[in-house]
Amino acid sequence: METVLDWLRPDWFFDLSVVGDDYNRARYLNGLWMTVKLSVICILLSLGIGILGAAIQGAKSRALRVSVGFFVAFFRNTPPLVQLYFFYFAIGTILRITGENGLPQPLVSSFGWAIISLSLFAGALNIEIFRSGVEAVPKATIEAAEALGYTRLQIYRYIVLPLALRISMSALGTNLVNLVKTTTLAYAIAVPELLYVAAQIWSEDLNVREMMNVLLLSYVGIVAVLVWVLHRWEKALRFPGYGG
Amino acid sequence: MKKAVTPEQIKGHLPVLLPTRKLMLSDIPLHDRLFNIWTAGALLIAFLASAIGPSFAQAGAGPARSIITILLDWTPSIAKAFGFNVLISIFAMAIGTVLGVGLGVLQVSPRAVIRRPAWLVTQFFRNSPWLVLLFYCILLIPFKITLFGVTIPFPGWIKAVIGLSLPVMAYMSEYMRGAINSIPTGQWESAQSLGFTRGQTMRDIILPQTIKRVLPPWMNLYAVLTMATPLVSIVGVSEVMSLTRAALSAEGRVDLLIPMYLYILCWFFIYCYPISTLTGRLERRYSVKL
Amino acid sequence: MPWTPDQPIISLKDVHKSFGQIEVLRGISMDVMKGEVVCIIGPSGSGKSTLIRCINALNDIQSGSITVEGQEVHDQKLDMLALRKKVGMVFQQYNLFPHKTALENVMMAPIKVLKQNRSEVELRARALLKKVRLEGKENAYPGELSGGQQQRVAIARSLAMNPDVMLFDEVTAALDPETVKEVLVTIKDLAAEGMTCILVTHEMGFAREIADCIYFTDKGVIVEYGPPQTFFENAKDPRTKQFLSQIL
Repeated sequence: METVLDWLRPDWFFDLSVVGDDYNRARYLNGLWMTVKLSVICILLSLGIGILGAAIQGAKSRALRVSVGFFVAFFRNTPPLVQLYFFYFAIGTILRITGENGLPQPLVSSFGWAIISLSLFAGALNIEIFRSGVEAVPKATIEAAEALGYTRLQIYRYIVLPLALRISMSALGTNLVNLVKTTTLAYAIAVPELLYVAAQIWSEDLNVREMMNVLLLSYVGIVAVLVWVLHRWEKALRFPGYGG
Repeated sequence: MKKAVTPEQIKGHLPVLLPTRKLMLSDIPLHDRLFNIWTAGALLIAFLASAIGPSFAQAGAGPARSIITILLDWTPSIAKAFGFNVLISIFAMAIGTVLGVGLGVLQVSPRAVIRRPAWLVTQFFRNSPWLVLLFYCILLIPFKITLFGVTIPFPGWIKAVIGLSLPVMAYMSEYMRGAINSIPTGQWESAQSLGFTRGQTMRDIILPQTIKRVLPPWMNLYAVLTMATPLVSIVGVSEVMSLTRAALSAEGRVDLLIPMYLYILCWFFIYCYPISTLTGRLERRYSVKL
Repeated sequence: MPWTPDQPIISLKDVHKSFGQIEVLRGISMDVMKGEVVCIIGPSGSGKSTLIRCINALNDIQSGSITVEGQEVHDQKLDMLALRKKVGMVFQQYNLFPHKTALENVMMAPIKVLKQNRSEVELRARALLKKVRLEGKENAYPGELSGGQQQRVAIARSLAMNPDVMLFDEVTAALDPETVKEVLVTIKDLAAEGMTCILVTHEMGFAREIADCIYFTDKGVIVEYGPPQTFFENAKDPRTKQFLSQIL
């Protein structure tokens, strides 16, 4: 019984060295900045992969379509953590160059591998999201554009992509939020992001409970900002007659 | 019996673009059957190439075992550890589903006092990183709880199961809310006019009708959960990933790294891919019928 | 004061109802006697459907009073179940439960709500389905039935509660022309047996044939009412005349 009460003790923010202590605060803010950097770069790269991949899936070449399909199926059906380990521990160990001091140096840093791995993971899903968006664009609209003399590329650029993007918005939002949450995996390869620095702080100061709550709130905050941005974007894209 | 929405019913409709069903993560038809064979084939070839290739290169290097032999030697242990991952996923799914259905029903309550907190809990756990929730449960749940003289032990893996079930609960709650709201109001009204109370309507009329809608995202969620089980290795619960890394350091061979990781990826792929394929197929079938 | 059969079974007095800013019912009063068949007609948006939904307490009202068998409907203390047992309702969209067969649809409420004995309910439900001419369709799911058949199941489902009054809310509006008739025949049978019926309908010929009294509503008020003969041939109000000239 005592342990239960102890656990429920309402001093959740009792030992907030993150706020009070300059050193810890700086560390924490650096971690926050790292998480934001990771998130933003991965979001942009994954969007690029998504648009490119969806375009390729509409291509004539069967080989191209099949390889994109393979890429998507693989990254969607294997654990992101194992993917990350595969890149960092397996490929990263082999990809080494000889540094200035004559010792082998990793070609790509852990931060680099986190970006590559997470972008590919989220990008694979973005390809699917964009593709189903493209498929949802009514045939009649495309035919109307063809009748007006648009070229294939123009149709993709001016009609299909803008409409597909609007259709995909909600699924895309879910995936990008997931991506931000998944950046915590970088902890496993010692990228000093939010979770990593938080763990450092709580193992030094033994203020696990407080740090945990700060950490959760930080992520909820970051996600809230992202959701807000996506919402604004969706609103800006909205036009009468589609969506609620 | 939902009447088809005619274009006239949509305010200011465009003749060319009718609103499609809102896309969810799970709404994505993933797999052409073609990719099924291709993907499996390509994965197998990549794996074999990486496993056999180096073993040829090393053939002259002495009595070193071939990569294939090493992988085969480790396979029974890997299978056992992978079974543990599956066990964790099943427990977390069961707990998360039960809690999620309850929370989802609370989310559509007509009383704001119930609805708002349920929404808040759902959003909180849905938007928190899985790994952070795992840490939270591992570090903050005591290793045993004594309630009225009965001591309930909480070993690490049970705490991990709880940690994984929280996001499952939140996703499930959202799926339930969406599914319940998608049932036409006529169903509520006719049940009401037949004298059903709200609880009876929910249990006998509405919930049975949501199963069809919730099944595909639920299965997809299970695949996602299974792919999240290696996370528990980070918080110190041993499972297939911890075993793999232990095996790699025991063997101490650089040329084993790529084949071994690919091998583990294969295990997950073979387990999760059929689930995703089935999910996609169910979605397509129900999207036509419902 | 207990209700006696010589008093109106349903009585509305100065009923007002708004949805937000929009006033849908602006002082409706009407009396319906036991065994009477009443048709409510009028242009769309005139508040007909809202009117009968208020009788069943599916919508609440802002002021006025609605009584069923002498009991105030919009009373906080009212036993909802007692009201629902007395008043059956059939909807435009049938609203059958799609996951239950026709027979189960009919049996469900008596078993789950009234806690009646399953085997008795089943006997009654089969008889009701026979009565609405759906013998042999007991095990069909709503998705396998035509609109007209579904609507007749919906009628049987309401009748299974043994109501004293039946409300029909544009029950043929969503049906194909060829299946309208089978539903109307069913309603006619009911009326002939002495069931009190209130119908919102667009079927003027049918209204004229079966109604004891016709009410014409426009913009939330009752413009004119009377027996069908007088109503259709000697309408007094210009709004009624205009409406009838457009319809007939």
